[in-house]
Amino acid sequence: MIKLRSPRDFWAGLLFLAVGIAAAWIARDYPMGTGGRMGPGYFPFVLSILLGVLGAIITAMSFTVDGPKVDRFALRPLFWILLSIVIFGLLAKTLGLAIAILALVIVSAYGGHEFKWGEVLIAGFVLALFSVLVFVYGLKLPFPVWPTFITG
Amino acid sequence: MELIHNLGIGFDVAFTFSNLLYCLLGVLLGTLIGVLPGIGPVATIAMLLPATFTLPPVSALIMLAGIYYGAQYGGSTTAILVNIPGESSSVVTALDGYQMARQGKAGTALAIAALGSFFAGCVATFLLAAAAPPLAQLAFKFGPAEYFSLMVLGLIAAVVLAHGSVIKAVAMIVLGLVLGLVGTDVNSGMARYSFNVPELIDGLNFVCVAMGMFGFAEVIKNLEDTGERQVFTKEVHNLMPSGAELKQAAPAILRGTVLGSLLGILPGGGAVLASFSAYTLEKKIAKDPSRFGKGAIEGVAAPESANNAAAQTSFIPLLTLGIPPNPVMAMMVGAMIIQGIQPGPQVMNERPELFWGMIVSMWIGNLMLVILNLPLIGMWVKLLRVPYRLLYPAILVFCCIGVYSLSNNPVDVYLTAFFGLLGYVLVKLDCEPAPLLLGFILGPMMEENLRRAMLLSRGDPSTFVTRPLSATLLGISVLLLLLILAPAIRKKREEAFQEAD
Repeated sequence: MIKLRSPRDFWAGLLFLAVGIAAAWIARDYPMGTGGRMGPGYFPFVLSILLGVLGAIITAMSFTVDGPKVDRFALRPLFWILLSIVIFGLLAKTLGLAIAILALVIVSAYGGHEFKWGEVLIAGFVLALFSVLVFVYGLKLPFPVWPTFITG
Repeated sequence: MELIHNLGIGFDVAFTFSNLLYCLLGVLLGTLIGVLPGIGPVATIAMLLPATFTLPPVSALIMLAGIYYGAQYGGSTTAILVNIPGESSSVVTALDGYQMARQGKAGTALAIAALGSFFAGCVATFLLAAAAPPLAQLAFKFGPAEYFSLMVLGLIAAVVLAHGSVIKAVAMIVLGLVLGLVGTDVNSGMARYSFNVPELIDGLNFVCVAMGMFGFAEVIKNLEDTGERQVFTKEVHNLMPSGAELKQAAPAILRGTVLGSLLGILPGGGAVLASFSAYTLEKKIAKDPSRFGKGAIEGVAAPESANNAAAQTSFIPLLTLGIPPNPVMAMMVGAMIIQGIQPGPQVMNERPELFWGMIVSMWIGNLMLVILNLPLIGMWVKLLRVPYRLLYPAILVFCCIGVYSLSNNPVDVYLTAFFGLLGYVLVKLDCEPAPLLLGFILGPMMEENLRRAMLLSRGDPSTFVTRPLSATLLGISVLLLLLILAPAIRKKREEAFQEAD
């Protein structure tokens, strides 16, 4: 029975291998051209193969060299932080910068260790006010401040 | 004297009221993020890019440059006072700096760090001014084959200098190169790896990649650790080091400056590597190495000088060859392109006011830092008391605004979130993000030069080894790779990095 000795390397290697194979698979549709006149597929194909080979080597080596275990993923911050960013993207154009920032601050705060409504709301309002003043009025970035269905 | 004439142009530009103001703003912001752990210069420059859209190019670059070297000053403050390196380039400073602070010599350590940084900054600025013009001349002799080989060398050097596993760092570079190819191929007009998403047909924006991997992933990573930071405030007095201390620190400052300047120029180098190496060197040549880790003044003086010197000399490859040696410089490339400037040897001739103005501003910025830094220490320490749970939403807000305003498109925000996820997973698997970003920036340039070189040689790959300059560059790359794979060196390298951990 072969024993996995370096889990971090094993998964990293698999990740590289998978991306390499996928990228090479996609690149096979692009014209290769010749060495002297490289087509759009040449460089990507060579790189993808290289990436796949490196991934395979890393995975193979994870059975021979000892390495640390993969730490637990911090799913709570991971989920809430990414969600808050996506929400910001969804809201910024339609509901305006002020509400998008408030939502971003509230949702991302769920990813922290402590959640205090008072503190979070104050932080949200201060950041929204500051950003609107600096970025919209100061630097003239083209953000709508308020929901477009109100201001028209 | 051409140099003096050129510096004169620079002084005219840098000494205008508004540029002095942007320089001050840059170094203050740099110090601030240097003090605060959990946010580095890459993410900060990415955040501020939209703010620079409306500025004139010189002012924008002066401010962004100030952030990088300002961060080197700020990072030392927290390393010394609270044993938390605010910046990864200050990790080694914490070893002896904090011990000095515990012995009641916090003021001395801070002053030596600031003076060392200032000295290094002056030397590096002068070096940049003196070395850039001849290097740019050399760069005009470069053909596509040379550029390609130079980039290979840069990427290999980035591997050698990265933490941890060599092969994983190589794989990260290649992954970065592939990501860099997403978008329309300039030669054939064909969209590659775009999955019919219009935003991807234009190519991935490097700000999305950098902000995701250095900003968002970092925030998520920081939230893993439970518990708040401990901050002890101490009275800082006796700022002036004694004559004996100065005498002890001076040679270390000098060595740190030389080493840092050299490592800064090297592709793949930069402030972090410089400070590590300078510390190792001091320990190696000290008469009594056991003093290190117990408050040796050289252990503060050398790395702090080295990281500041490197922060400044790393502008040399950017401004002369147009090739960024590290992720921060890659952000500067982005800033220049947004301003309509193609970085490279032609900048110096076509935009002398930009080139020399920026160099002179670095010297001014260093002067501002050494004057401002010490009186402001009390304020920075207070800032450290701001708990992370209030800090990270602010980081997220500024990151999101920065990404969104790249092209007023929410898709950029989603892409950045994706790279945040990817960055977090990769960090969990011990894969450092810096080589990936470097590969990402260099990917399209490498392909372009490879194609051109092969076209010129009619498909004969020997062009890379028959042209002397190109052959030399490739030779150095091979040598570097062999060196790192040699068991003895490998062990040394592991030791060097472990010391800092």
